[in-house]
Amino acid sequence: MTQSAGSIRFILNDRDIALTSVAPTGTLLDFLRLERRLTGTKEGCAEGDCGACTVLVGRLRGDDLIYESVNACIRFTGSLNTTHVVTVEHLAAKDGTLHPVQQAMVDYHGSQCGFCTPGIVMSLYGLWLSKDRPSRAAIEKALQGNLCRCTGYEPIVKAAEAVGRTKPDALFEPLLKEREDIKARLKAMRSDRTICLGDAGARLIVPGSTADLAETLHTYPQATVIAGSTDVGLWVTKQMRDLDPVVFINGIEDLQSIQTNGDGITIGAGVTYSAAFDVISAHYPTFGRLLDRLGGEQVRNMGTIGGNVANGSPIGDTPPPLIALDASVTLRSKAGQRTVPLENYFIEYGRQDRRPGEFVESIFVPNLPDGDHFAVYKISKRRDEDISALCGAFRIALDGNNRVTSARIAFGGMAGTPKRAAYVEAALIGQLWNEETVKAAQTAFEQDFQPLTDWRATAAYRMLAAKNLLMRFFLETSGGEAVQIQRFEGVA
Amino acid sequence: MDKSTFDERKTIAGPMHSALRHDSAHKHVSGTADYIDDIPEPAGTLHGALGMTDRAHAEIVAMDLSEVAAYPGVVCVLTARDMPYSNDISPSHLDDEPVLADGLVQFHGQPAFAVIAETRDIARRAASKSKITYRDLPHFTDITEALENGAEVVTKPLTLARGDAEAELELSPRRLAGRMRIGGQEHFYLEGHIALAIPGEDDEITVWSSTQHPSEIQHMVSHVLGVPSNAVTVQVRRMGGGFGGKETQGSQFAVLAAVAAKKLNRAVKIRPDRDEDMTATGKRHDFLVDYDAGFDDEGRIHAVKANYAARCGYSSDLSGPVTDRALFHADSSYFYPHVKLTSQPLKTHTVSNTAYRGFGGPQGMIGAERIIEEIAYALGKDPLEIRKLNFYGEKGAGRDLTPYHQQVEDNIIHRIVAELEESSDYQARREAVIDFNKSSRIIRRGIALMPVKFGISFTMTAFNQAGALVHVYQDGSIHLNHGGTEMGQGLYVKVAQVLAESFQVDISNVKITATSTGKVPNTSATAASSGSDLNGMAAYDAARQIKERLVDFAAERWQTERENVTFVPNHVKIGEELVPFPDFISQAYFARIQLSAAGFYKTPKIHWDRNTGRGTPFYYFAYGAAVSEVSIDTLTGEYMVDRVDVLHDVGKSLNPAIDIGQVEGGFVQGMGWLTTEELWWDDKGRLRTHAPSTYKIPLASDRPRIFNVKLAEWAENAEMTIGRSKAVGEPPFMLPISVLEALSMAVASVADYRECPRLDTPATPERVLMAVERLRATKA
Repeated sequence: MTQSAGSIRFILNDRDIALTSVAPTGTLLDFLRLERRLTGTKEGCAEGDCGACTVLVGRLRGDDLIYESVNACIRFTGSLNTTHVVTVEHLAAKDGTLHPVQQAMVDYHGSQCGFCTPGIVMSLYGLWLSKDRPSRAAIEKALQGNLCRCTGYEPIVKAAEAVGRTKPDALFEPLLKEREDIKARLKAMRSDRTICLGDAGARLIVPGSTADLAETLHTYPQATVIAGSTDVGLWVTKQMRDLDPVVFINGIEDLQSIQTNGDGITIGAGVTYSAAFDVISAHYPTFGRLLDRLGGEQVRNMGTIGGNVANGSPIGDTPPPLIALDASVTLRSKAGQRTVPLENYFIEYGRQDRRPGEFVESIFVPNLPDGDHFAVYKISKRRDEDISALCGAFRIALDGNNRVTSARIAFGGMAGTPKRAAYVEAALIGQLWNEETVKAAQTAFEQDFQPLTDWRATAAYRMLAAKNLLMRFFLETSGGEAVQIQRFEGVA
Repeated sequence: MDKSTFDERKTIAGPMHSALRHDSAHKHVSGTADYIDDIPEPAGTLHGALGMTDRAHAEIVAMDLSEVAAYPGVVCVLTARDMPYSNDISPSHLDDEPVLADGLVQFHGQPAFAVIAETRDIARRAASKSKITYRDLPHFTDITEALENGAEVVTKPLTLARGDAEAELELSPRRLAGRMRIGGQEHFYLEGHIALAIPGEDDEITVWSSTQHPSEIQHMVSHVLGVPSNAVTVQVRRMGGGFGGKETQGSQFAVLAAVAAKKLNRAVKIRPDRDEDMTATGKRHDFLVDYDAGFDDEGRIHAVKANYAARCGYSSDLSGPVTDRALFHADSSYFYPHVKLTSQPLKTHTVSNTAYRGFGGPQGMIGAERIIEEIAYALGKDPLEIRKLNFYGEKGAGRDLTPYHQQVEDNIIHRIVAELEESSDYQARREAVIDFNKSSRIIRRGIALMPVKFGISFTMTAFNQAGALVHVYQDGSIHLNHGGTEMGQGLYVKVAQVLAESFQVDISNVKITATSTGKVPNTSATAASSGSDLNGMAAYDAARQIKERLVDFAAERWQTERENVTFVPNHVKIGEELVPFPDFISQAYFARIQLSAAGFYKTPKIHWDRNTGRGTPFYYFAYGAAVSEVSIDTLTGEYMVDRVDVLHDVGKSLNPAIDIGQVEGGFVQGMGWLTTEELWWDDKGRLRTHAPSTYKIPLASDRPRIFNVKLAEWAENAEMTIGRSKAVGEPPFMLPISVLEALSMAVASVADYRECPRLDTPATPERVLMAVERLRATKA
């Protein structure tokens, strides 16, 4: 396992690529621009927030080939094994005829300076491939990870609507035309053998299975495990950290399963936010709406709930709802598995209950018992693609007399870790679920939290908004009143 | 010969006033539009990175760069001492802006050295290896601290006065005073700064720079290198956005790349990372406005006194003209019978603030609109009523003089506002909003209608000149070059339309070429919305010269009168004969007619005396108005812009598609400035919002849910501008002040509209919620 073996193989547009020498933290964007001189893909921020570097990555899921938009700036080349990378250069026909998505952007005056445009074209292309006649809500969601500073977006949305009315035509559409061929080529690349490249100081490992991953981490307990690289990517592009070895787990199929049974949902550590969306929003609609606002589409297509939990950020979006739902995390190492309640996993700022050689294998979210009320709310400066100023998750059970029998309330952005509001819970339990109780319980937030002031919000705002979110939860559970701004018909 | 074709084609493709797409649109969407980082690098190109300091204000006691220099792959390290002739790139020529900090650090992140290495990655990594020893000095980063510390001004303040404001304030039936804090703004051009310097023979050097002002880059490079301007050529085909952020701020990168390139005799590229770009380059000025207004019970203003204090950062840069323009717009669209306005361009230990779309105008205007809003709440009236009462009157009606003593001659604000009020159904919607608020406990709404009047011209009169270079080749194809730069605003296509129209040829015959100081010299920045006014006229002049020669030639060759020679679609008509344009040009060539011309234009009528505060600094005004309606959540302060209606004046539009794009884009950018875009410095003077992860510009989902944008189709510039069009880049940026006031109204509803919420900007959800709390507390 310490010796170099194998290569990173993928398809770039129409070409097969096999790399035997790959910098462990070399980015796809640098590979495209510097090594391949495919300069249509731009660098705007190098942190996955502007979308100028958007490309599509196709991968096999079972027998299916799915294409998703990703940020090339924080996607490591080493994580591309057995994928099809599609850049803006692949869209137009050989004779220069623009692709319908490109033509719509021209027709509707969707570009001004043009620098964000290739990324926007790729995001819209991803949407067009996956959704017929997308709604405005779907278009805005697809564009959450793309910044445009010139147009104000109106013509871009109109272009997306217009092209969305025409269906992809397999005769002209490159990715449909090539589909079977690409699938066959990717299948031929598939292997469950672990890939190890590079020497000490710059090692890259792509384990073929979960067992191989456990073995790898046993050998290299200091390794950096990378699933989506939406966080680690910035360690590299912004902090210029050297990481050795890096272990890419995004291709391990058994970490990508979602299982539901009578007790709840088990989400593998490699499941992306996008892949988890359907099942989570079906079970916990407000959690689904939270996922809708997490990062941009590109980040959701790369980032994982497992990673969000594993890195222990105090402002991660998924821990508060997961804690309120009493989720547990299963950690695995060569020695075996253990399961801990998620709220105990976060020890203090920057420290989690993860031992050397261990990795997050899955997260179990129990079903919400009938009659329990649950909601999660995120507050940020900008509605979409912003990090929470605070994020509050609420869950209560009421008896037949409208009395609170249990309460689990957890917040992000209010302390050094995602944390439960124990005093608030205590102030609710046993009380009638009414406005008086809520008002009394609001003061208990001051015992639970001493939030910080930073660029996202002042301590005073965080405290006040946290209190008010409890009121929002009460008003929503008691019905009747409009308590959130309706963005689209029926969508808060 | 080609009469049939001519009969079918009565007009050319792409004349003036047609809604053409952007000339590079097909390249934008396919990734083939080259920005500077996309140009193939010359063999052996090196890469630079800035070495940044981490103090807001300190003496540099020692700078140990040995580890930086020893880092594998580093070729050289530059400090202030390595600047061959001068270490200064102050655009105001006050000698207050070092290329690299020399012994004194004046803002957190100020570059003190540059690393040149084999790759960009190596340069960046090496740059982090410096060991700098500092002696800390006291720092102040915001306006309040600057005022408390008696901060100096970076440049001479301006006073505009007319009448006797002090006395009339005393005599006014009613009076109110207040203070408003207006936040700054990061440009967030999607393409960051970049420069590629390629050394030439002797003292020559060519620099590709992402700049709105190639001539300025040329001057700075020549100044720092100590070579004449004729040795330096600066070029740019396009920028990935500018917005004012590339008017002066590109100098540091271009100069460092040039110095290294000459020193090493290798091409050198410098492209800072986004975080470094946002840390090391200037932004929109924050302002603190103190106002005092006298008015009567109807709401008519008698006198206004206001001071505009600005955070300028550590050097003057463009802060003088920016704060001047704030005062030029501190009247918005309103006549002040007596007025005294003062500016206070304060020095702070922050990056030097710079030009940004509107150039101080938006901050000036927002102060005026706050006064209107205050009066409306004080009197319990709709702010629109107060606005109409105070609009400038028609020319000569006695209410047409600005605080700088320019007569407003082209006033169309009454008509614009009346039409928009009608088309947007403002009155009924305002009633509906008030009704809604009566029955909705948590969600509240607000609506506001806001006018815009924006003065067009550089207030530095000399800058109002432009040149163009036009060649007609033997095959009839046309090469267009001018001093303006393309940053997405559509300047190139507009000027190409002017040429197509002038020569009466399809626009496909006009090749637009990169801006170069070698082709058109002594150009002004593409700024102040002036690009198409100036360069369009210069190109028109070049075409006129060539056409005059061609007419002379035809009159002689065909033995006819000059008036019998006309340019018709893709042909020249001589008497009854139609000659295809290429054939005609070919004949002219063989007759030895000069088919190239340098055009020139200078804006007429304008003059300005800063010492007396009097003059006619603006050639004309551009007008517009917007109605915005919003919803807020009074539990969290979150909000949404429900609907926006705009009616905007671009004169007779050169290109309605491009102009609509400017209006919509300007609106959303201005809305970002006033809502979610917040610059936040910590107690160490560090800017902590220095990347898109922390600095939040609008997304598609933030744009108004309903967005109706119309150009005033009847409008025509009263002045002789190109095609009677008007400038469009900056004026629409101020339309979203209506969003701020609509948010304010929604907040005011919690106290029955009896108190002006005095929302500062940016009106983040936090500021909205805190204002709600404040009003609820005073009501209780």
